[in-house]
Amino acid sequence: MQRSILALVVLLAVLLVLPFALDRYMLSVMILILYFAFVGQAWNVMMGFCGQLSLGHALYVGLGAYTSAALYQHFELIPWVGMIAAVLVCVAAASIIGWLAFRFGIGGTYFALLTIAFAEFTRIGFEHFDWVGGTAGFFLRVTQQSRMDVLNLRGDPIMFYYLALALAVAGFLLSAWLLRGRLGFYFRAIRDNEEAARAAGVNVFRYKMYAVQISGGMTALAGVFFAFYYNNLFPEQIFHISRSIEIILAPIIGGIGTLFGPVLGAAVLTLASEGINAALEALGHEIPGVKQILYGVALGLSIMFMPHGIWPGIARRLGFTRARDDSDA
Amino acid sequence: MPIDAVVNIVISGLFTGLVYGLMALGLSVIYGVVRIVNFAHGELMAVGMYAAVFAFVMAGIDPLWMLVPLAVAFFGIGYGLQRALVNPFIGRPEHSQFILLLAVALVLVNLLLVFFGPDARGVLVSYSLDSYQIGPLLIDKVRLICAAVALITCAILFAIFRYLSFGKAIRACADNLLGAQVVGLNVKHLYALTFGLGTACVGIAGCLMSLLVDVTPGLGPAYTLLAFVIVIIGGLGSMVGALAGGVLIGVSESVAGLLFTPSAKGMVSFALMILVLVFRPQGLFKAR
Repeated sequence: MQRSILALVVLLAVLLVLPFALDRYMLSVMILILYFAFVGQAWNVMMGFCGQLSLGHALYVGLGAYTSAALYQHFELIPWVGMIAAVLVCVAAASIIGWLAFRFGIGGTYFALLTIAFAEFTRIGFEHFDWVGGTAGFFLRVTQQSRMDVLNLRGDPIMFYYLALALAVAGFLLSAWLLRGRLGFYFRAIRDNEEAARAAGVNVFRYKMYAVQISGGMTALAGVFFAFYYNNLFPEQIFHISRSIEIILAPIIGGIGTLFGPVLGAAVLTLASEGINAALEALGHEIPGVKQILYGVALGLSIMFMPHGIWPGIARRLGFTRARDDSDA
Repeated sequence: MPIDAVVNIVISGLFTGLVYGLMALGLSVIYGVVRIVNFAHGELMAVGMYAAVFAFVMAGIDPLWMLVPLAVAFFGIGYGLQRALVNPFIGRPEHSQFILLLAVALVLVNLLLVFFGPDARGVLVSYSLDSYQIGPLLIDKVRLICAAVALITCAILFAIFRYLSFGKAIRACADNLLGAQVVGLNVKHLYALTFGLGTACVGIAGCLMSLLVDVTPGLGPAYTLLAFVIVIIGGLGSMVGALAGGVLIGVSESVAGLLFTPSAKGMVSFALMILVLVFRPQGLFKAR
């Protein structure tokens, strides 16, 4: 345990000074990695800790993004306040989905399909929601990048780097705190055997609701970040099922239910994707689709041969965990 | 709005819905027996559509002649897919299975993109624009043929499961896996046969659909979602339900396109799916 904390401190120190050593392109890659690490962490709370498979997390990214962006654009509300509204909206959405699912006993595959249905329903809804641009998209006021305006989140990519880093660190610490605490034990009890947890006196409905609400609220923050970093929102892109899938890849490849899995998975996948891009560019094979084929093959192979992700094996080798409690790393 | 126009639209939705139903039937059969949700289902459908379009463009073959060859080829694809890739994943957690089939879907869709490009491609046969006039009703010939073929295919599938010994064996696996193993059924082989049958349905549905709409690689994921909606409404694993769900969605899509804007028709489908999942998760047409 001591060694892993030391490693974390070193990693954080490196990440804090890293932007000064990176060019603009690498900085954008790092921002992506941190973003996916955070949003993967958020998804992991629900699936990795509590065993509720959501395939519709793009819903919370989109709702969070649109809420904060609309408040900023229409009411001049600064994103730091909009953020709170975004979290509230997403917790409400998560509560509705969770209540419907858990009250009526929907689990497993059916729950996953329910989350897809809600995300798709909302996507089509926003395509016809003219107040936020509909299919034509919703654009935030862009100002000179040289002017750093932290209050309105307008400015240089370096600011967004530190924002993403703060999110990733906060997400990590929240997950670590959840895992060590009472809540984490209830979550894992439900994940491993719902009936046994119920028999042992765990209020299964309440704790599943907490998992969904925490996960949805965290993902809302990722949505706010997305909106102010990219400055444009299209329902077709932000709510699309391919976005939901993107979110869950990092924790699955990295190691589902672990703390480091989402971080490691985000780094591996983003770097692999950028690496494939660069390699194809160098070879002159810029046919659309080739990259996704390689990506798909890599994904299939990794799930085939490393069903528990990359992290558990590494953790054991580094001596961070004993072999038997992988999932608590 | 004149009543006969409405009836025409409902009938055309009904015929398209039967083809949807055939597609969803494949998904439902696979889930009902193998207990795996085929996330690459719509992508396989798109492959079938492209195969039919390709044969038409290159050799001028009417897609209707491609039905049997495609069914055979897709049966082989499904059998191989189950044997080689899916079988080791039976018993693994759902998210693992999901990622595996997602990877298959990703590869399929992008192979189509690489080979055929992003443009929409279609088939225009000599009878594409023919229609029958029955009183005030106007029925597209192509749509009628597609609906008939879809129904015949379903009937064949029902007959296989009811009368053929391997069909009965597959049903035994679905009803009681342990019992099936005890009496010596080769479950791996039967699972692969099931996957093959389900995929053959998709091949035929894709071939038919190529007559009705233009195909783009992006249709793959869209059809996967559509197939989910249909099987949930009909009842996951239920054969009759898949067909009825397909018809329901086909009709509701065309009516929703008439009442609201056509682009909002998907919302009605997903709302129906949510309602069914919450209040009747076993599906509208299936006893619990």
